[in-house]
Amino acid sequence: MLEVRDLVVAYGDLRVLWDVSLDVHAGEIVVLIGPNGAGKTTLLRTIAGLQRPLSGDITLEHAPIHRISMHQIVERGLILVPEGRRLFGGMSVLENLELGAFTARARQKRHQTLDRVFDLFPLLAERSGQRAATLSGGQQQMVAIGRALMGLPRLLMLDEPSFGLAPLVVRQIFAVVRDISREGVTVLLVEQNARLALDLADRAYIVEQGRIVGQGAGTELLANQHVRHAYLGYAPQTGEVTRIRD
Amino acid sequence: MSYETIAQNLVFGLFVGSMYGVAAVGLALVFGVLKVLNVAHGELLMIGGYVTFWLYTLLGIDPFLSLLISIPALFLFGLALDRVIFRHVVRLAGETKIKNSLLVSFGLTLILQNAVIQLFSADERGVQMSYSGAGLNLFGVALPYTRMLIMVIALVAILSLHIFLQRTYTGKAIRATAEDWEAAALAGISIQRIYLLTFGLGAALAGMAGTLVSVSYGVAPGIGLAWTLKALVVIVLAGTGSILGAFPVGLLLGAAEALSGTFIGPAYREVVGLVLFLLVLLLRPQGLFARA
Repeated sequence: MLEVRDLVVAYGDLRVLWDVSLDVHAGEIVVLIGPNGAGKTTLLRTIAGLQRPLSGDITLEHAPIHRISMHQIVERGLILVPEGRRLFGGMSVLENLELGAFTARARQKRHQTLDRVFDLFPLLAERSGQRAATLSGGQQQMVAIGRALMGLPRLLMLDEPSFGLAPLVVRQIFAVVRDISREGVTVLLVEQNARLALDLADRAYIVEQGRIVGQGAGTELLANQHVRHAYLGYAPQTGEVTRIRD
Repeated sequence: MSYETIAQNLVFGLFVGSMYGVAAVGLALVFGVLKVLNVAHGELLMIGGYVTFWLYTLLGIDPFLSLLISIPALFLFGLALDRVIFRHVVRLAGETKIKNSLLVSFGLTLILQNAVIQLFSADERGVQMSYSGAGLNLFGVALPYTRMLIMVIALVAILSLHIFLQRTYTGKAIRATAEDWEAAALAGISIQRIYLLTFGLGAALAGMAGTLVSVSYGVAPGIGLAWTLKALVVIVLAGTGSILGAFPVGLLLGAAEALSGTFIGPAYREVVGLVLFLLVLLLRPQGLFARA
């Protein structure tokens, strides 16, 4: 569904992504894990159109999207829930959600979609008139995901949805992501919490220093020694291989 | 000094303040959403005034009726300016954007001013209607119909804008873009379209202010800068996050100027505005109406 080929992204003279290639197939949950500063957020932002790549291609359902405008990308069903929620703080929960349905396709169905969002997040229904800036982190994350869902995504990208949230709330959020995936929405997720992410994932990529250094099924990577030492908190045993490649 | 004189000056201060307010809201809208300071805003006001003047002089159209033409005309002109010029400036980032937007809009002031001088000469133009002198007299204070109409029109315009921004989908999209354009773009809002529309609205408000100015003060090619500066003082006082807050602050400035002119001296009218400007920058730089 989504194909990224040899993507090179730079901020001015600083090259951040080096020939990154990945695939996301329809219906999958694909996860990107890796350390801070590896370029995972840059990758999502570039796919969403906030950043223009220096070279490389991004295609969504065989149509190139790396040169079209951001609202066209959303129209085609690719929606990013950005890092840090990025809600419109001065506006109410309901207004934030409604603004997610700007495109014609989404606006037509917005009443049904809103009902669906309130089903997924009953807490938001209670607080629909509340100013978004006054919500807790977890509630804000729900609004951010809800807002993205209002746009009727076919591929939903989430950038660190667990960031700054209590473990219980994180589990709720991840449960919702699983529900969304079951409804047929393809998911591309960037997560710091590697364990939770790999549990959820069908497939995962490991991003380090702007490159993809490994990939595999979620369960495979959970068992991988490098992943276990670098991202899952296991101490290396003597004799164990601790690099993904030499 | 009699109470009548004070009241008279204060009332006239509020009348002129309503024009400050309309001009400022237009500038605040563009600045708040596009994050571009259009130094040529005063020239758009000036052009609005000329539209009214010529419609009156050549076709005998009442200046207040000419609003029906000057507002859409300046709206369209604003769309054109965004499409041709400002669209390229907004794409820049940070310091480059600020510098270029100032440079570009300053260039625009020169072009517009000189175009007007070429076309219409540098003479000052005014509009005098049959009812220009008439008015009410309330407790010894003269209230000309023209000034009261200006105030009412300004209030209606600002209220309409408020309803538009608060209640309509497009209005909310504009506010969202002003708050966080990246998040708005990620939500699927077409930022280009929002910028285009907002610039047009800002120009339309400038045009409206220009019409009102032509009735009360008169227009000349050089009035632009003074009005831009006035608008700028008002938006800094109100706080750059507050678009509609610029209107009451405009009234406040008008009143403050009138009172200082009355009590300190006519030469000090302008000074009070600038002193307030400095005080706000020093003591409450986020502006009077900024949210915590």
